[in-house]
Amino acid sequence: MLNNSIQVQGLQKSYKNLPVLQGVDFDVKKGSVFALLGSNGAGKTTIVKILTTLLKQDGGTATVNGFDVAVKPDDVRRSISLTGQFAAVDEILTGRENLIMIARLRHLKDPNHVADELLNRFSLTEAADRAVATYSGGMRRRLDIAMSLVGKPQVIFLDEPTTGLDPEGRIEVWKIVKELANNGTTVFLTTQYLEEAEQLADQIAILHEGKIIANGTLADLKKMFPPAKVEYVEKQPTLEEIFLAIIGKKEMK
Amino acid sequence: METSNNHYFSDMGIMLGRSMRHILRSMDTIMTVTITPIAMMLLFVYVFGGAIQTGTDNYVNYLLPGILLMAISSGIAYTSYRLFLDMQRGIFERFHSMPIARSAPLWGHVLTSLVSNAISTLVIILVALVMGFRSSAGILSWLAVAAILVLFTLALTWVAVIAGLSATSIDGATAFSYPLIFLPFISSAFVPTESMPPVVRAFAENQPVTSIVNAIRALLSSQPVGNDIWIALAWCVGIMLVAYVFAMRAYKNRA
Repeated sequence: MLNNSIQVQGLQKSYKNLPVLQGVDFDVKKGSVFALLGSNGAGKTTIVKILTTLLKQDGGTATVNGFDVAVKPDDVRRSISLTGQFAAVDEILTGRENLIMIARLRHLKDPNHVADELLNRFSLTEAADRAVATYSGGMRRRLDIAMSLVGKPQVIFLDEPTTGLDPEGRIEVWKIVKELANNGTTVFLTTQYLEEAEQLADQIAILHEGKIIANGTLADLKKMFPPAKVEYVEKQPTLEEIFLAIIGKKEMK
Repeated sequence: METSNNHYFSDMGIMLGRSMRHILRSMDTIMTVTITPIAMMLLFVYVFGGAIQTGTDNYVNYLLPGILLMAISSGIAYTSYRLFLDMQRGIFERFHSMPIARSAPLWGHVLTSLVSNAISTLVIILVALVMGFRSSAGILSWLAVAAILVLFTLALTWVAVIAGLSATSIDGATAFSYPLIFLPFISSAFVPTESMPPVVRAFAENQPVTSIVNAIRALLSSQPVGNDIWIALAWCVGIMLVAYVFAMRAYKNRA
């Protein structure tokens, strides 16, 4: 049986003479949420592009759902979906039309039904027949992720899914990711927000200067630091907590 | 690299449907590609036409081929525009990470260009008929005219693809079309080239628009087409092949 949805070994990639990935190794367990952390320009998106067959690596191997990305890109594409950094939605079409288009491109039996279901699940039914250009950032991101779920791919890539979203939008995306994980979908997530990784991920890897410098569960990573000292600090609510309390959203843990 | 795909044509059809919706929902596109050429035609026939000596009694007949080429030249600028936006907004990345042929999104745009230009051409011809355009051409001549226009559209569409894929800004993506729209003015499209000063005339007679316009005009009025049709075809096919090679290279590199 296949236990790992993604296996990456010795992955290398340079742009011109600038090495971005210098031997990246990691595995992602089936049905888990994997968060790749790194600062801007660390190469997170490059890894996502290689794993989603958009870019060819210079060296090393990567398999997704058991298929080598360089050898069997078509099989990889059948197993995955990508939600890129910029919402990949068609602005002129309506939300419903976007979903139907993707369902038809995936050759599903009943595109209308698939679209209705996802619109409902992502609370977009009311806005379904409006052009996406009129959507808010959070709605657009929800539609974007909904489009990625069409056809129930086994592995979902989310490249910085919450960058540029307001706190409400971010919590919505977190909820979606948790639901996906509960349903057994493997989620590969990149983020620059440490809190996001902490909230969502079963496994966290840190990419720095072209290599994975730390990889494990949150507990594993915490062990790498000296044991916690007990200090008494007056805890002020963060502005985010205040904001969320005022607008009455308490869905966060 | 690209494996054969049973759904290739249906996927392309979905892409076509998508960009046709873009056109039909964009008043700006419809205005530019259909209404502007019609306005030009009205202007030239009813305002300037009386003063232009073309040696024909029906100036609409004389003018129509040039107007059609102008309409197509402005139409393909939108292909470039749509392609550029698709690249920018990441929807191409979504398509390319899906199990569909890599070239399907690009061919969707090319097909859209053909279909939308065919529609605007038909609309313009219908308006010309109302304005008194008459043709003695038989079905074969009309087919030949259609073939030339399709080749012309394809040639410019591939040029537009290069611009759309390699531009770094939205203005850059469409700027290449301005000289193309202007080219018919320095050709036999509006006035006979004999009326121009020598240098301008030399340019006008040796640029592609003149031979294409002359070939279409001859076909529509049942005159002998002579060499013009071969020169016209050579220009169209030549531009198309060169542009196709560069467009495909740009697509491999960029998209």
